Amino acid sequence: MSEAMLSLTGVHTHIGQYHILQGVDLTVPRGELTVLLGRNGAGKTTTLRTIMGLWHASRGALLFDGEDITRAATPHIACAGIAYVPENMGIFSDLTVRENLLLAARADEPNAARLEWIFGFFPALKKFWNQAAGTLSGGQKQMLAIARAIVEPRKLLLVDEPTKGLAPAIIQSLIVAFRELKAMETTILLVEQNFGFVKSLGDTVAVMDDGRIVHSGPMAGLAENRELQQKLLGLSLDTHQ
Amino acid sequence: MTTTTPAATADAELPRLRLDTPPLLVLPILALLALPLIGSFPTWVTLTVAGLAMGMMIFIMASGLTLVFGLMDVLNFGHGAFVSVGAFTATLVLLPMQGWMQADSVLLNLAALGLAVALAMLVTGLLGWAFERVVVMPVYGQHLKQILITMGGMIVAEQMIHVVWGPDQIPLPLPTSFRGAILVGDAAIEKYRLIAVAVGLIVFVAMFLILNRTKIGLLIRAGVENGEMVEALGYRIRRLFVGVFVAGSALAGLGGVLWGLYKETLTAAMGGDIMVLVFIVIIIGGLGSVGGCFIGALLVALVANYAGFLAPKIALVSNILLMVAILLWRPQGLYPVAKR
Repeated sequence: MSEAMLSLTGVHTHIGQYHILQGVDLTVPRGELTVLLGRNGAGKTTTLRTIMGLWHASRGALLFDGEDITRAATPHIACAGIAYVPENMGIFSDLTVRENLLLAARADEPNAARLEWIFGFFPALKKFWNQAAGTLSGGQKQMLAIARAIVEPRKLLLVDEPTKGLAPAIIQSLIVAFRELKAMETTILLVEQNFGFVKSLGDTVAVMDDGRIVHSGPMAGLAENRELQQKLLGLSLDTHQ
Repeated sequence: MTTTTPAATADAELPRLRLDTPPLLVLPILALLALPLIGSFPTWVTLTVAGLAMGMMIFIMASGLTLVFGLMDVLNFGHGAFVSVGAFTATLVLLPMQGWMQADSVLLNLAALGLAVALAMLVTGLLGWAFERVVVMPVYGQHLKQILITMGGMIVAEQMIHVVWGPDQIPLPLPTSFRGAILVGDAAIEKYRLIAVAVGLIVFVAMFLILNRTKIGLLIRAGVENGEMVEALGYRIRRLFVGVFVAGSALAGLGGVLWGLYKETLTAAMGGDIMVLVFIVIIIGGLGSVGGCFIGALLVALVANYAGFLAPKIALVSNILLMVAILLWRPQGLYPVAKR
């Protein structure tokens, strides 16, 4: 396994009176795509939000590329090189596609060559460049959300359930996009419930339940082991497909 | 770095985001409906210009407040303090410079007024900065506490005005060049109202350009919609908020100077008194929407002027009735901001 880009050690997160993460230990290897699986309410989204500093860990430690980000503010974490695609996509509806990407680029304008690369697998964004993002379809919004996260090279990409509610054709373009990102050795932590989508993409997998990591290892190991799938996810591989 | 700007092709597949025109049409429809009721064209012109002038001043006072709410969900009931402080601060320049104010020279009048406005905006901007740090910052995300503590802040500010300037009203006469009216046909239009309209338009255009043509404006618009995501993109929204709060306070100070000259009398409670209208305006306009705030301010002021002339007995409740009508039509206000 490659060296860790991100590691969470004994991370606890409370939201109000609720104790959501109850000692998460997770390692995201550099240059690999790690999939975080688990049932609804297992704590996957909370894990991503805790990494981004949107909710702070009440205990434990988060180390990103050698830097302790346990108490860091969200903008600092973003500037350190982590991009985040939330479950609701976080698109600015009143802004155009161009303006959404302009904000993410942080420089005056996005890099033209990188934009062309993104347009290669998300052509709709090119087509609707000056269109208000609020008028895009759900799939196009997801494309924009991911494009916004990769419009500049980032060290780590956090993506929360990108296929949720999307048509198969759109999911296919997301697979192409993630393969492109993998080819560029982008480190990705992908939260997903669609096992069929992630089984061919993931290098490593971690499974959450009740706010803890209950399994971690190579994706191939889980993909080939129906009993383990049954035990960890409650469903066999076939039913996910 | 240059940008690739793809050709806008085949975009017919998506619905175009069209300009939402009905709220814009309300203003001319209201004015046209008022004309036969008023009966006299010159009176209608006078009332309409007075309404537009009043609306512009309310817009200047309200625009910062609506952005502050939109960006950080902060309910600042102390915003009126900046209006009062701005007006009273202007007296520090205008009263000692009575010579320039009373001179029969537009340039000297403008110079005195310009200095007064600059000082008022500087002082209210600094006061806004301190107010945000001391009063608002400890109660982020707690609306009830925000209401209580910001109202308390306004009471303290009013009492401080009494301490510094005394408890009496302070007369603030208009500069010589801005007094009187010009006649357009048979309609008499006060010069100062035209100036208020011009200043309001300048502020609106400036805000429009900043919000739509600059990166800061882009961040503000994005922050109003989803502040958390702006932070996740690496921007410190708190700094942005402090900047908007300071700018909003300075604008309230400018509004206070204009309002004080309009009333020609200053009281410590003048900011608190106008806040009822300011809140109606930002609710009607759609919380966080500058465009809605602009339309809402003009609407509120026109209704107040027309109702004051046509039915003085209902003038006091006319704006409440207007708000109820608008909210029945558009419960989120005229131009609601798409919130996360």
